[in-house]
Amino acid sequence: MQFLQTTLIRIFYAIVLLVAVLVLNFSLMHLAPGDVADTISQSMGGADQELLDRIRSDYGLDQPFLVQLGRYIAGVLQFDLGFSFFYNQPVTKLIMERLPATLLLVVTAQLLALFLGVFLGVISARKPNGLTSHFVTFMALFGYAAPVFWTGILLLIGFSLHLHWFPVAGMRDVTISGGFWVHFVDVLRHLILPMITLASIFLALYSRLARATMMEVLGSDYVRTAKSKGLSQRQVVYKHALKNSLSPVITLAGLQFSAVISGAVLVETVFSWPGLGTLAFQSIIARDTPTILGILFFSALVVIVGNLLTDIALRLVDPRLRGRS
Amino acid sequence: MKQFLKGTFTAAAALSVLATGVIAEDTPKQGGTLVTVLSTNVRNLNSAVQSGIVTGYPGAQLFASPLRYDEDWTPQPYLAESWNVSEDGLTVTLNLAKNAKFHDGVALTSKDVAFSVDVIKANHPFKSMFAPVESVETPDDHTAVLKLSKPHPALMLAMSGQLMSIIPQHIYGDVPIDEVKTHPRNNENTVGSGPFKLVEYKSGEHVILERFDDFFIEGRPYLDKVVMRIISDPAARAIAYENGEVHLGAFESLPRIINRLKKVDGLTVTSEGYGGIGPLDWLAMNTTKGPLADVRVRKAIAHAVDKNFIRNALMQGTTDESRTGIHPDSPFYNADVEAYELDLDKANALLDEAGFPMNGGTRFALTIDFGWPGVKPQVEYVKAALKKVGIDVTVRASADFPTWAKRMGTMDFDMSWDTVFNWGDPVIGVHRTYNSENIAKGVWSNTQGYSNSRVDELMAMAAVENDMAKRTALYAEFQQIIADELPVYHVNTLPYHTVYSDKVGNPPLGIWGTSTPIDMTYLKD
Repeated sequence: MQFLQTTLIRIFYAIVLLVAVLVLNFSLMHLAPGDVADTISQSMGGADQELLDRIRSDYGLDQPFLVQLGRYIAGVLQFDLGFSFFYNQPVTKLIMERLPATLLLVVTAQLLALFLGVFLGVISARKPNGLTSHFVTFMALFGYAAPVFWTGILLLIGFSLHLHWFPVAGMRDVTISGGFWVHFVDVLRHLILPMITLASIFLALYSRLARATMMEVLGSDYVRTAKSKGLSQRQVVYKHALKNSLSPVITLAGLQFSAVISGAVLVETVFSWPGLGTLAFQSIIARDTPTILGILFFSALVVIVGNLLTDIALRLVDPRLRGRS
Repeated sequence: MKQFLKGTFTAAAALSVLATGVIAEDTPKQGGTLVTVLSTNVRNLNSAVQSGIVTGYPGAQLFASPLRYDEDWTPQPYLAESWNVSEDGLTVTLNLAKNAKFHDGVALTSKDVAFSVDVIKANHPFKSMFAPVESVETPDDHTAVLKLSKPHPALMLAMSGQLMSIIPQHIYGDVPIDEVKTHPRNNENTVGSGPFKLVEYKSGEHVILERFDDFFIEGRPYLDKVVMRIISDPAARAIAYENGEVHLGAFESLPRIINRLKKVDGLTVTSEGYGGIGPLDWLAMNTTKGPLADVRVRKAIAHAVDKNFIRNALMQGTTDESRTGIHPDSPFYNADVEAYELDLDKANALLDEAGFPMNGGTRFALTIDFGWPGVKPQVEYVKAALKKVGIDVTVRASADFPTWAKRMGTMDFDMSWDTVFNWGDPVIGVHRTYNSENIAKGVWSNTQGYSNSRVDELMAMAAVENDMAKRTALYAEFQQIIADELPVYHVNTLPYHTVYSDKVGNPPLGIWGTSTPIDMTYLKD
């Protein structure tokens, strides 16, 4: 019951947050000089004043600010994210076309970073001053420190250009034909490099945190008890200690979800991954307000849902939290 | 010299065609899938309502135009099997191919030509292309007669490439003429009469085209399928060329990548095929305020900024010099104008003479703008170069293109690095920068506030002069005055390059580059 109440309060806050995101972003976009009519004329190699004026009146850009904002909010309340000026398509359609690709990338990268990070953290916690531990720390920090587009291009040069293991860009090869599994393998081959690139940023965070909490847990009384009752090191670590050291990592993973999405913008651009990141980048360049607002709206939604799921996951691994609000 | 060289190249090309004809090795082969690349999303596939180089490539495959051009600026028949310009230059008759069909099987008629001209006039940004066209008469299904209010030699280029796409009236005629630009069939299920038909356009991923079997030119196109992948990162595109994932791409513009790809075996990298679009880089100067209102100051700046440094060091030898507002590949280009060689003494003398004495190492301050990060090196160089003659330059960055466009369009700037395209005939893309009636009408208008009645007069006369020799002379004088009065200091052509693999036969290297049908392009074994 209490759980339900907390969840409902959170959902209420989420809606307030979403409206604030819309109003704030709309105002910020409006403050900047120039508008989408300029970028449309850029994409066409120039336009005269008459055409610019017509584009502005076609899209209602000649209306006062409050009228434009009011119209937009009214649209969103009716689940209409508007019409993209630059792509000549409904924003909802644009986003829905791109959403699956981004979700695939973000979720797989997050899972990879999480599992690999915890695994590496545990390994290095068992012998904190060993060679393996130092190696893991070095690699993780390297991934964290390196700019993500640089990592991406380096992987491309190594694995696509020289080894020919993976394709350069995109999500699938349109020249191949075959059944479900052929396409599955094809998407997987395209996914691996961007996934590793995106995961490399967060691997360090998770492995460092897992290492620290694991070391702390391994020094606690109940672990000593487990050891003295004759359990093997492996059983102690994976059955008893691991579960207790997970909750900070999961909290961090939830909080990092928004960072993963913003990281996806760069990764998608480098690998031409047809997701929301490339769309966001291009619409910001094109000053395509409805599309930018739509994407921000969706990102906010994804982050909020991600945080809610984290909350639930934490309650599942940590019984102490279940009764609390 | 340039013309002479071009002639030699054409002769050499003809010879090599003869030679290969004898050996009969290079006969085009039917079939295959060409994988090519687009650098950004396509806003609109319908090139009758959307201009620009990204739309041009798929647009020219989907839609046919009346004429096409080869690499020496001679019009060739395309949808129009033949054409005739009347003695007074006021009537242009097009005889259309009788077997031309749209991809849905409906025959293409002169009605579609008349409809397309109306749509282009109402929606296309280049108003000067068809402004003198008063009406299009359709005496029969295969004859279209364009009635002009005055002679209009620019019409020839305006009827080619992506500039005059013939679109089907039976599909786009269901909405008011000026709403065709938002027609749902512009990006989905798009139907034209070009060599390839649309299979799928997925935003952010690809445009897939397939051979149109009923294309009006017998035996063409050679390719079965064309896949245009959308890859926006230049480094990723370069790797895709290198490992053979992409066969052909155009508009590559990063000098470092161009020079690297030139060294790769199995790839050809060329700057051919950009004369029609005519992309130019220049230093724009606001002639209406401050020290820049004095022509001597503008000349001093031109003498202090070293073109060769920009071309050789910054652009790493990937660009040509351009001395005027007309692209060096154009038959109207006049290289015989003041070139403004680097001369700091002369620059200092001109500034003294203009009444701006050196005062503690500085004469006066100016700002310089730039519209996109790619040209920041040029801008930083201008700042450093002008410091030497006592001009203190502040670089003003813009957050994005619209911010810069607003500053330019309202003439809120002193100097700016600018990139402007010719778009075929000077009437279309050159006049707009120097015409005194086009001052401050948005970005890429006469943003320099330049006004000279002789220049206006020369442009007006050249616009209606059907005699090529007389027209060339008018533009020669025009270019001389512009170079002398310097509303704009012309520096270089854009380093656009086309990259293609050895597997590609007949890559699109005519004056319109990839904005032409690739019906003659084929894949070797």
